[in-house]
Amino acid sequence: MKPDDIIKLAERDLNLRRSYKYRINVCCSSGCLPFGALKVLKEFQDAVKEFAVEEECKVARTGCVGTCYLGPVVVVEPGDYLYQNVTPEKAREIVREHITKGAPLKNLIYSNETFFKKQLRLVLRNAGKIDPFRIEDYISTGGYSALIKCLTKMSPQEVIDEVSASGLRGRGGAGFPTGHKWNFVARAPGSPKYVVANLDEGDPGVFANRTLAEADPHAIIEGMLIAAYAIGAEHGYIYIRAEYPLAIQTLKRAMKQAASLSLLEGDILESSFKFDVKLRLGAGAFVAGEETAILASIEGRRATPRPRPPYPATSGLWGKPTLIQNVETLANVPLIINNGGAWFSRIGSPRCSGTKCFSLTGKVKNPGLIEIPMGIALREVVFDIGGGIPDGKKFKSVQVGGPSGGCLPEDLLDLSVDYESLTKAGAIMGSGGIVVMDETSCMVDTAKFFTDFCVDESCGKCVPCRVGLVKVKNTFEGIIRGEGKVENLALLKKLGNLIQETSLCGLGQTAPNPVLTTLRYFEDEYISHIIEKKCRAGKCFTSHKEASRK
Amino acid sequence: MSPESLHTGLKSDRRLVLLEKVITQHQYQKESLLEILHKAQELYGYLDKDLFLYISNALDLPSSHVYGVATFYNLFKLKKPGTHTITFCLGTACFVKGVEQIISAVERAFNVERGETSADGRLSLFITRCIGACAMAPNVIVDDEVVGGASKEAVMNKINFLLGDGKVETR
Repeated sequence: MKPDDIIKLAERDLNLRRSYKYRINVCCSSGCLPFGALKVLKEFQDAVKEFAVEEECKVARTGCVGTCYLGPVVVVEPGDYLYQNVTPEKAREIVREHITKGAPLKNLIYSNETFFKKQLRLVLRNAGKIDPFRIEDYISTGGYSALIKCLTKMSPQEVIDEVSASGLRGRGGAGFPTGHKWNFVARAPGSPKYVVANLDEGDPGVFANRTLAEADPHAIIEGMLIAAYAIGAEHGYIYIRAEYPLAIQTLKRAMKQAASLSLLEGDILESSFKFDVKLRLGAGAFVAGEETAILASIEGRRATPRPRPPYPATSGLWGKPTLIQNVETLANVPLIINNGGAWFSRIGSPRCSGTKCFSLTGKVKNPGLIEIPMGIALREVVFDIGGGIPDGKKFKSVQVGGPSGGCLPEDLLDLSVDYESLTKAGAIMGSGGIVVMDETSCMVDTAKFFTDFCVDESCGKCVPCRVGLVKVKNTFEGIIRGEGKVENLALLKKLGNLIQETSLCGLGQTAPNPVLTTLRYFEDEYISHIIEKKCRAGKCFTSHKEASRK
Repeated sequence: MSPESLHTGLKSDRRLVLLEKVITQHQYQKESLLEILHKAQELYGYLDKDLFLYISNALDLPSSHVYGVATFYNLFKLKKPGTHTITFCLGTACFVKGVEQIISAVERAFNVERGETSADGRLSLFITRCIGACAMAPNVIVDDEVVGGASKEAVMNKINFLLGDGKVETR
């Protein structure tokens, strides 16, 4: 295939899409599947046949719309009518009334202006709109045109310069400028070079990367291809959690389809550029998302991090220069190439351009997957998009950044969502988890929960993380048993700071965040646990009693 | 290399043929160890000493290395799971929504601790860190079915239904 053939294919498929009067998008991502999305899909397919509207109505299996709290979710185009909690019976009704008679079922339609109004869907541009199992769907919405532009009109250095100009920063959490990283790898001596797409989304409470892979796998692959072209890489790996079977299946199929259109492997689009991608499955290790640990895991070893330098940019997989990027970062790349770095740099806040995907969960009315422009306030995320706290309860805290993110109190809700503000407050951007807690959550218990997680997931290589975190955990257990002393608080602070400063990798360096932020913002809860032996949320001492009864 | 030549106590059955096929596909490369372990677990249900020795011979890796890798990653099971498995998601969202109380109740009611299998081998209770279905928290996986928005009663009923005749000892 040549670039022209891809453009022709896009036109053909677009015409096909336009030939339908209606399109029913049925969300079949991991959020909607357990609610019976496949049965709903089947019912739609049967119903359009039965009502003889097959010619004018296309039923498509799509990825996530974002409103996971309404599943199974169905969107009918044109008009983007969003139907909630669709059952097979409702599916039949929708076809009968909406499709055949043109009368949308008002009582089943969900309208929530605020959930969508404050969002900006760039990375998730195609999520819920295209069939992830059809490469034609992606191509007809402009997919792979950025790759064609790179291969036909731009030199590798021009691609890197465009990405630098965009101000894009790594979405895996650390926020390193992407253009800089590409320059390092491009200039590093040695060959072959590698591109690793990091989809090891091990953080509990985070599912943004999975949703992206399930909804729009080709955006990730196109991003990898452009990165590979820019830095001169020949081989790539997508490292994905084995816990994400649907995302794995979607990516596998996408890779096969891309190869069949000569967009992967061999001479890509009949140019001299060659690039192949392999999928590597993780096996349940949170630390494997760390950039040196992921390399060890791809090489078939225990996923333990190593000291840097040398950085993976100069010495990565098998000692060769390697570019490691989160999949969300990669999915931004085609947009930057198509619209220009200057366009991208105007989105979001001045220091942080672009958007960020977050999984919004916990005690919030509208949990789901959201994408927001950088720089909007946390309050808007929790109360406008999230709809606030359900059941008339009071807001207590919001945790940003996964298990090693900080827990922030109400008076910090006006903080803007960007790397620097979050870090200053003791939280992190992390891989994009926002968990809202109400008054029924105990902050001591919560900090202990995250510490337990980090103890479990610590790889054991460096002492501060391996020994220090266990010491923190034991101290918490003492407090929850009612044996806490006021001195414990100073010890927790000292240990926390020490672990942060001396651990080898990001896991240890951020693991004390929940402890330190809860101490900083919710010290009174610790005090009441220690002095009054009381847990205001009613979590701690009762669960201890239960355990001792057992 | 024929399967028999490895003398590891594994029976020459269909599963071994399939495992051998995957190892050949990976050209006996050491870097494919994780893939091979995944396949072995898929075929046999869990990993035991015989499998470790077989894989270590096939990939020409020290058996300590194979064991070290398998024990490092949480997904690899080293013990035979029960007839039925119930897996609780202990991700942050599920924690905030109170999954811990459900776990303790199941532990007490069915006399099985997390990570273990009941004495009669009929029920295993596992914990996983986040299946990524946080909007429906708390989540429980009963055998292969994901149950979202789980309540204590619903989970208990599911398990009782699975175990049917109630042979698992309850307190």
